[in-house]
Amino acid sequence: MVLKFETKWEIPYVHSAGEHGTKFFEALKDKKIMGVKCPECGRVLVPPRAFCERCFVDTTDWVEVSDEGEVVTVTVTYIKFTGLPDPPYATGIVKLDGADTGMLCLLGGIDLSDWKKVHETFKPGAKVKAVWKEEREGKITDILYFEPVEK
Amino acid sequence: MRRVAVVGVGQTKFRTRRDDKTHPELTYEAMNKALEHAGLDIKDIQAIAYGTMDPFDGIYLPERWDVTSGGIGKPFMKISTGGTTGMTTGLAAYEHVASGVFDIVMAVCTQRVGECVDAQPVLNTAVCPIYERYSGAGAISVAAIQATVHMHKYGTTEEDLAWVSVKDHKNALKNPNAHIKLDIGVEEVLNSPMVSSPLKLLECCPRSDGAVAVIFASEEVAKKIRDNPAWVIAETTISDDYYTGDRPDLSYWDTLAIAGRRLYRFAGVDDPKKDIDVAELYSPFTIQEVLELEALGFAKKGEGKDMAREGVTFVDGDMPTNPSGGVLCTNPIGATGLVRLAEASLQIMGEASNQIDNVEVSLAHAWGGTLQFHTLMLLSSKKKLKG
Repeated sequence: MVLKFETKWEIPYVHSAGEHGTKFFEALKDKKIMGVKCPECGRVLVPPRAFCERCFVDTTDWVEVSDEGEVVTVTVTYIKFTGLPDPPYATGIVKLDGADTGMLCLLGGIDLSDWKKVHETFKPGAKVKAVWKEEREGKITDILYFEPVEK
Repeated sequence: MRRVAVVGVGQTKFRTRRDDKTHPELTYEAMNKALEHAGLDIKDIQAIAYGTMDPFDGIYLPERWDVTSGGIGKPFMKISTGGTTGMTTGLAAYEHVASGVFDIVMAVCTQRVGECVDAQPVLNTAVCPIYERYSGAGAISVAAIQATVHMHKYGTTEEDLAWVSVKDHKNALKNPNAHIKLDIGVEEVLNSPMVSSPLKLLECCPRSDGAVAVIFASEEVAKKIRDNPAWVIAETTISDDYYTGDRPDLSYWDTLAIAGRRLYRFAGVDDPKKDIDVAELYSPFTIQEVLELEALGFAKKGEGKDMAREGVTFVDGDMPTNPSGGVLCTNPIGATGLVRLAEASLQIMGEASNQIDNVEVSLAHAWGGTLQFHTLMLLSSKKKLKG
């Protein structure tokens, strides 16, 4: 038998969104999703950032992308994990029309109890659109989830 | 660069908790086993590279505690790169010797994920706090979204993935250090609870307590230490984007493929399936072994799914993977990569607990971050593969 001692880390943080992120979050209030274009590789990057990681150059032009796009992938989680949403919930990547990067997001608006049906509805390439929060506050959660364009 | 070999390997038993020991006592156990294996004394170790990931263990800079195990007064360096921590620590120790700065260097990693009452809050911090964390992405869901794409593109089935789990669990039964020991078949895997679709509980790794140490020595020293050292033929590491959504194609691990080609070019490997006898891959989730086999050239795109089902990756197959039972059965996260390197070295020495016959070349791999980093090392019983 050995003794055990309980300890805990409780450490709050306040993260900066940076100037590019600030513009992105402000635009969300108007249901607009903003990206930036890399002058070298031409990719439209969402979320926007001050430089292109691939080309190591400053990004230049701001571009508004659509709040509709295509599903890249999806998974439905059925187990409760601390700090994550109550199950079931569908996590996926959506590539917005006009963007060259995907967005890690929640997918919803359908019954999630049968994962195979969810994977069929949200199969790669399926068209989805953002469902916006009524009272937007300039946070990523202003986009509640993406739902099928055609139900 | 000087020629370098692995001359000693030490592992603790990996368990849910190792309540019998404190943090540095676990480190001390692994280090002593490695020293004993190499027939060396702690005084012979000229420098130490140490790896861990602080928040899992709840100790800020645990190296402050663990350095007291043999490290006082010695050059000492801490490495932390997510799941690749263990392998990167091994690479650091290797490079310390290859550069000519030191002759004998130890890599050691300790991780006590078991002491973390709930590791999930730590894993949740692995994705971007501003854009991505709200999306419910944990470690498992990130692997699950890889599986979804692979299944869609190549028709990979739940059963294909289940065979990877059956193979690793079967192998772990032969490894006294392995954490999870379950004699299971495909049905048990398929019937285990769904965690993040399509991945089920028996397709996901545990979290383990334990430590591992690996000693590297320069050519002249290595020859004196043992007659069966594991020569380091080549090593490399690579990084990718931070945002999960930035990766262009989750059905193919392109950064790993690039790292693999780089490694093979350094080593003179023409056909990995023919030239490499066994691989210890970092596959905490079944789908990831499939992706790794394809990226590393052991299978064509879309064909990695067949390898476990057809028996190719079992110990008696043509391309055995994870004879130790792999990450699926043992995962002391920041130490796990160095376990791969330790097991790949033991296969070369002919001393692994689940030894493959006639191993001349072995491969060790780790990935880390949210699918972001890869680290590779190729080892051999020969000093070089060609000429």
